[in-house]
Amino acid sequence: MEITDSTKATLKLMIVDDSNIIRRRIERSQQIARLEVVGSASNGRAAVEMFIRTQPDVVTMDLTMPEMDGVECVEELVSLNSNVLILVVSALADKATAVEAIEKGANGFLCKPFTDRQLNDALEELLSEA
Amino acid sequence: MFKEAEIRTFVEGTTNYFEVSAQQSATVGSPYLVTDGKPGAYEYTGVIGITGARKGIVYFTAPRGMLTVLLMRMQETDTSDENIKDLVGEVANTISGNARRDFGKNFVISVPVVIAHETEKVTTPHTRSFVIPINWRTHSAKLVVCLE
Repeated sequence: MEITDSTKATLKLMIVDDSNIIRRRIERSQQIARLEVVGSASNGRAAVEMFIRTQPDVVTMDLTMPEMDGVECVEELVSLNSNVLILVVSALADKATAVEAIEKGANGFLCKPFTDRQLNDALEELLSEA
Repeated sequence: MFKEAEIRTFVEGTTNYFEVSAQQSATVGSPYLVTDGKPGAYEYTGVIGITGARKGIVYFTAPRGMLTVLLMRMQETDTSDENIKDLVGEVANTISGNARRDFGKNFVISVPVVIAHETEKVTTPHTRSFVIPINWRTHSAKLVVCLE
């Protein structure tokens, strides 16, 4: 089922995860019509470069990645655009990590593994802040 | 010394992974201790290095057939060797990361290292490991936990 709301403008989504199958899964599973995927990156450093180039409004962010980890990347992206909405999508299930990511500027946290419904609910909740 | 409750954390992480990602439960056999440093491996293995409060490795190892079906259950149509390797690393990463719910932030996990087609290269840093046997559909796999 596609969730539509024609009264709201399209928002650009960037997906950051070192796993290709997770990047593809998020792109395939997200059913929110006002989100348009503008790019994906496999590590924090590549994500920062893509962020500058594509200027997304919404980012899904893994935490355990090579080159630059997700928490550092969240901090970097928020310094570039404090209005960006970031959903951390990570297997790191301890509360301290979620709190740290939120303190650095993330807006939500979704724990892996996740169902399509959990992903879409988390994105909907994130967008309610927009 | 590894406690029974700690093994339970990994058993629950494993069953949760299959229930959520594949939408199909796996059964987990009785965990057993291996003391000869050879817990064994299948064709694909995702290894996570553990540092911080605990040191060692956690690995998930599975045959191609199981990983292919798992990818398909996740609606992934590309079942290339690259994606199979990606998946085995992601399963290891997810189960290890979820263990931080019980072990806390000082259970520091590495990015996955994947070993494919070379089972003899899968080694453990200590002679003692716990093996958690996993049965899913007609396939068998294992999670190996080797921590100080």
